[in-house]
Amino acid sequence: MKKLKYALFTGCTAKQSTPEQYMSTYAVANKLGIELVELTEASCCGASHLQDYDDFLSLVLNARNIAYAEKHDLTMVTICNTCQLNTAMTKHRLDNEHGLKEKVNEKLKEVGLEYKGTSNVVHFLYAIIDDFGLDKIKEMVVTPLSQFNIAPFYGCHNIRPSELQNESHKTAENPHNPTSLDDLIVACGGVSVNYKEKNKCCGFHVELQAPRTASILTGNAIAGAMDGNADWMVTPCPLCHLKLDTQTHHASVAIGREVKLPVLHMQQMLGLALGCTKEQLGLKHHLTKVDFI
Amino acid sequence: MSTHTITTQKVNFKVFRFNADEDYLPYYEDYNMEVTSEEVVLDILNRIKWDHDGSFSYRRSCRHGICGACAIKVNGRSTLACKERMNDMIELFGNELTFEPLSIKRAVKDMIIDRGDFWEKHDAIHPYLISDVDEHPEHEHLVTPEEAERLLEADLCIQCGACHYACPVVEINEDFFGPAAFAKAYRFEADVRDDALDKRLLNLHEEKQGLWDCVKCYECAEVCPKDVNPIDKITKLHQMLFHDGIATSNVATRHAVGFKHSIARNGILDEGGLVLYSEGPGIVKHVPVALRMFVKGKIVPPWALTKSKNLDEIKKLVKSSSTAKF
Repeated sequence: MKKLKYALFTGCTAKQSTPEQYMSTYAVANKLGIELVELTEASCCGASHLQDYDDFLSLVLNARNIAYAEKHDLTMVTICNTCQLNTAMTKHRLDNEHGLKEKVNEKLKEVGLEYKGTSNVVHFLYAIIDDFGLDKIKEMVVTPLSQFNIAPFYGCHNIRPSELQNESHKTAENPHNPTSLDDLIVACGGVSVNYKEKNKCCGFHVELQAPRTASILTGNAIAGAMDGNADWMVTPCPLCHLKLDTQTHHASVAIGREVKLPVLHMQQMLGLALGCTKEQLGLKHHLTKVDFI
Repeated sequence: MSTHTITTQKVNFKVFRFNADEDYLPYYEDYNMEVTSEEVVLDILNRIKWDHDGSFSYRRSCRHGICGACAIKVNGRSTLACKERMNDMIELFGNELTFEPLSIKRAVKDMIIDRGDFWEKHDAIHPYLISDVDEHPEHEHLVTPEEAERLLEADLCIQCGACHYACPVVEINEDFFGPAAFAKAYRFEADVRDDALDKRLLNLHEEKQGLWDCVKCYECAEVCPKDVNPIDKITKLHQMLFHDGIATSNVATRHAVGFKHSIARNGILDEGGLVLYSEGPGIVKHVPVALRMFVKGKIVPPWALTKSKNLDEIKKLVKSSSTAKF
């Protein structure tokens, strides 16, 4: 197989509040022999909030990020669901809305850049499934996670809006009954837990403006996984991870029940199965202790 | 002559049953049926009533996806029963299907719910043109095709409630207007004939109603049988608040604007700086968790932040491409 190579858009969280996600992304890429070219020029994607204030600015900034991936002639890989949504949404609009690409390129020209529309934008989860393949992952597993019930938590912005997301990857995903993360759990040797909150919202985006709503959603998600007899949870989104890992106290108070489960990033789970060390995966950076290893 | 062949499949339906006048608790009844590839969900509801239990109750009328009466939940997914094909449901969820009303806590009888909250919220956004109409006009009030375009898909809503009862915030916060009401508000705000403008927007900007409480989960866009895309309309209402100068400084508006300031300064987001900008003195409530995060190496102080490379480009673009003021 030809060596896989991607332009990596890390997003802001991996560089600050989820350093373990940054570390484990590289640990897993090394194990799988995937080359990542980090887009250090990239700015924040606006996290689905900037466009509430200034839609055009949000488009220009995201187009600039994609333009850098195009310069490398590589597919852009994201490791945050919201980065994926904002970047893929920008790409979709620039490629489809009449005259928009020209308007945005007028601005990019000022800094010597151009958005062409030649690079795809895909989340790392789907890049692994589509391009690397779960069968090959299965063959490479050295530490099967067979003793664990693992609850997948998909995160909204990887599965909805489905029309947009299914443009970015080949493996079709239905947001009402997603399977990709379940399939990855099974490929790693684990048992995937089915529970009704697995494709629901964690509340991250209103944590400041509607803390009660945010905490209840987080609490419901962890409670659902606990009731499904999960040993731990896994998510492809660092923002969901922040909610589920660091906000358990507020979540417990909000729903009137003590909720707590270790939560791993998708990369950390895969890394464990592939034989990466605890240190490589940054497990010490979690607030909810990862105590099963 | 068509060569289309009709196939059948066995399906086990678990159907929510409840009569508020008689039952203390709801229960689920099983119905095993042969389902043909021609049928929609509403056909199954009809057959349960006609072939199995005449007391089974649900709302239906037009059977053509226009009256909005027959929305229910299939395996937790909001669905307009007359539009959704059984084959698609079986492909998605398998041969065990659960039929439930849109909102179990509002159940009155089987699939029928009390939709009072939906209509109250719908009513509260003044879902009609507000305009000083000249009683003796000398010519028609012309609307250009471009002006009509501005309504986008918002005009297609059939008030079925699918998005409203799929919204996780409606479930938690009783005051939240919900995606359908917001999309309807947009429909009139975008109408050039409407003069309410600021009055309706001001009403939406009230903290209680929660235009800013939308969690951005996209559930509403996903379940809408008419592709109204309510969350897109919510985003447009946010933009209107800024554009019309109605947005006042609160944690939500500062949060949206804070991204621009942070990007202009560092390219990448300064997470701590954004929380401080949004919350102001309110940041103290985040200190306990922040301290624990700091100990675990999850907080990077502003002076240690690695800024984006080619930051001058970003600064230049923020200056030249900004279209909103606050």
